[in-house]
Amino acid sequence: MTVSLSLLVAAAVLNAVGATLLLTRSLTRILLGAVVLGNGVNLLVLASTGNAGDAPLLYPHIIRNRVTDPLPQAIALTAIVITLATTAFLLAMAYRSHQVTGSDEISDDTEDRLVALRAEFLDRRGELRDRYREARAGDGGADAEQRARYRAARKRLRRRVREERAYQARANDVSGNLWNDILGADPEDYREGRELGSTDAAGRPGPAPARIAGPSNDPEETGREPDSRPGEDSGHPPPDQPDDPGGAGTEGTS
Amino acid sequence: MNALVPLPVLLPLCVTGLKLAIGPRLHRLQRFISIAVLGAVLVLSVLLMVAADRHGPLSVHLGDFAPPVGITLVADRLAGLMLTVSSAVTLLVLVYSLGQGMADRDDQAPVGVFHPAYLILVAGVSCTFLAGDLVNLYVGFEIMLVASFVLLTIGGTATRVRAGSTYVIISLFSSVLFLVAIAMTYAVAGTVNLAQLAQRLQEVPLGVRTLLEAMLLTVFAIKAAVFPLAAWLPDSYPTAPAPVTAVFAGLLTKVGVYSMLRTQTLLFPGHRLGDLLMLAALASMVVGILGAVAQTDLKRVLSFTLISHIGYMVFGIALAGHGSISGAIVYVADHITVQTTLFLVAGLIERRDGTTELTRLGGLARAAPLLAVLFFVPAMNLAGIPPLSGFIGKLGLMRAGIDAGGAWAWALVAGSAATSLLTLYVMAKVWNLAFWRDAPPGAEEEGVVLESAEDDEPGDDEEGDEAGDEEEGAATGPPEPTGSGRAAGSGKAAGSGEPTGAGSDLPVPAGAVVAAGFLGQSITTTRRLPWPMLAATGAAVALGLSYTVLGGPLTTFTQAAATELLARTPYIEAVLGR
Repeated sequence: MTVSLSLLVAAAVLNAVGATLLLTRSLTRILLGAVVLGNGVNLLVLASTGNAGDAPLLYPHIIRNRVTDPLPQAIALTAIVITLATTAFLLAMAYRSHQVTGSDEISDDTEDRLVALRAEFLDRRGELRDRYREARAGDGGADAEQRARYRAARKRLRRRVREERAYQARANDVSGNLWNDILGADPEDYREGRELGSTDAAGRPGPAPARIAGPSNDPEETGREPDSRPGEDSGHPPPDQPDDPGGAGTEGTS
Repeated sequence: MNALVPLPVLLPLCVTGLKLAIGPRLHRLQRFISIAVLGAVLVLSVLLMVAADRHGPLSVHLGDFAPPVGITLVADRLAGLMLTVSSAVTLLVLVYSLGQGMADRDDQAPVGVFHPAYLILVAGVSCTFLAGDLVNLYVGFEIMLVASFVLLTIGGTATRVRAGSTYVIISLFSSVLFLVAIAMTYAVAGTVNLAQLAQRLQEVPLGVRTLLEAMLLTVFAIKAAVFPLAAWLPDSYPTAPAPVTAVFAGLLTKVGVYSMLRTQTLLFPGHRLGDLLMLAALASMVVGILGAVAQTDLKRVLSFTLISHIGYMVFGIALAGHGSISGAIVYVADHITVQTTLFLVAGLIERRDGTTELTRLGGLARAAPLLAVLFFVPAMNLAGIPPLSGFIGKLGLMRAGIDAGGAWAWALVAGSAATSLLTLYVMAKVWNLAFWRDAPPGAEEEGVVLESAEDDEPGDDEEGDEAGDEEEGAATGPPEPTGSGRAAGSGKAAGSGEPTGAGSDLPVPAGAVVAAGFLGQSITTTRRLPWPMLAATGAAVALGLSYTVLGGPLTTFTQAAATELLARTPYIEAVLGR
């Protein structure tokens, strides 16, 4: 069996281009990559053509050496059809992605981010606690200051978790308001009727003072600092139970 | 009898055409047709399995073209068993999804999109099980994948499109690799027929053969989600609707495992990549279960245990002994059922409490004892607790590993024991968090977000929004604007022991209920689970238990199947007719 070098080179180039495009984040580029890759592979299939034996529909007196092997062509045809269908689907999906999120970029998986963040959170909290205990064991003095620093650091961490949760919530639900969806407003904000831009997630005040819509979404506060929940009474549990592995979710109002 | 072989593929495909012609009308007829077709496929599969067991492999050359050119379909014991298990599971999942659709009074979408896509998926799965040549295997994969794209992104919400993109791109890439592998195989052997390849590959130089083996293994490992190639699975499966996730988790990965089993035994006996496969199996088991330990969402936990337990099957394939192949087949059959059941239960939990996030669940054992039983049995089965069938599969595999000896086999036996214990730990964790501990405060009040109400009934959503706004406007004090919206649920604020909201089956305006939180969706506060869903899940549990009851015949059957696979001649003779 002989292989045409030009076919192989063309296939190699197409495959390289296609694979590179597949590695990008934009669905449109991925779509182009899929098309190019599909063509490259079809060339490879055609390059595998050889003398395979008798084809079924030949007339008896035909010279077999001059007839191309039909099977790879049939395979390539099948592959072309399938690639076409997949391309159509990808196109529809890129369009839908653009419709829903305003771009066709593929974002990170929120759960993955959450797990990574939780590990970081636990690490740093443990570190802080160790340092605090060391300091306490070392000298009895400077207790209040240490404690204040410890609390401040813990607060920072919690804020980080809240932001991450807001990010996750944004990814999860679409408000129906295109403006909010595109610009990524915090779902809590539009739930409360606040417009975009009045506060950003990072600038929110720590112990939320009397949220109008009822339950506070800051789980650590609801769990550990029961005094700072003036907006809530018995019937209104937090909507969003904490992911805090410290177990704040089990304590509560009722 | 041979004429029956193509029917599990053709029947769903033809009926899909019929259903598309009927269009979104005659819902009752359409439901009946779907169930009837899958029932017929189940009957056919059982017939094929019994026939293959009695008379050896059945094969058909479509159009009577001889092997190198025509399409060959083969049903041997392995294919028959896989077909039977898969069609039983797909039938149950269909009943479950019908129950869900009927309970949501959501007639349009399932019949219009879900059923045709689902039937095509079934056809694709049957096609891969019956395929007698590589190209047909590829086509079967593609039929299945295209249907699964539609099912995974059904509704087209942002999360599903995101999850779908990962899945589509990975599938596309693995298909391309598969095509390359097919081209290489054809260039080497001049045929893609499995039986002919089995004969011709013996004469191919060892290096080339190993290359082909590596290519095919890579492709199937992507499909089966074996560890280094499994990262796509937990990102894409959990967002789909519960029945879809269930059937994907149960079947699609096992199709990859089946293809591995088929090609490794038939094309590459005494293969050289056994050690590599064992390493992959060990890594899958350990990394997968550690991932499951780290997760807090039930669906994601189950996705990671799925990856982990694929490792067991790869372990059996890698050892390639009689006992290990038999054990792997038992494990595949068992795992299809168990994993599907667990995802169905996760769907029920999601339906009841609006979430599968374990940190927000609790008290289900008291509130919904039936659900607890339905979860407990398959969970213990997955962990391999002795009377259940997961134990039979694991025991067979471990015995085979010990018999085989050698450092790798011992490492794998140790790894699989550790994985089994960790699975038990994960399942106990889920049980403790979701079922055993007290309900978290407020959980009783939250309504159930009906999944299909998001997109299909825009009119209702609009009304819901407006009603919600009015209600908020009418409410008196600023601290409690949501009180009226919660009137239905507030009665049971204190009683965590109250099991189900009897008869509170009313749709409640969406915007008003902050507890469920998603704007623009209609929300009902029912906590009753529709009986078809419960019945289907219960039947799946019963199917899992039946493997225990039928453990003896099942093991005898799989041992015969393993003998047949390893002997190779029955398959080759059935196809090439000698």
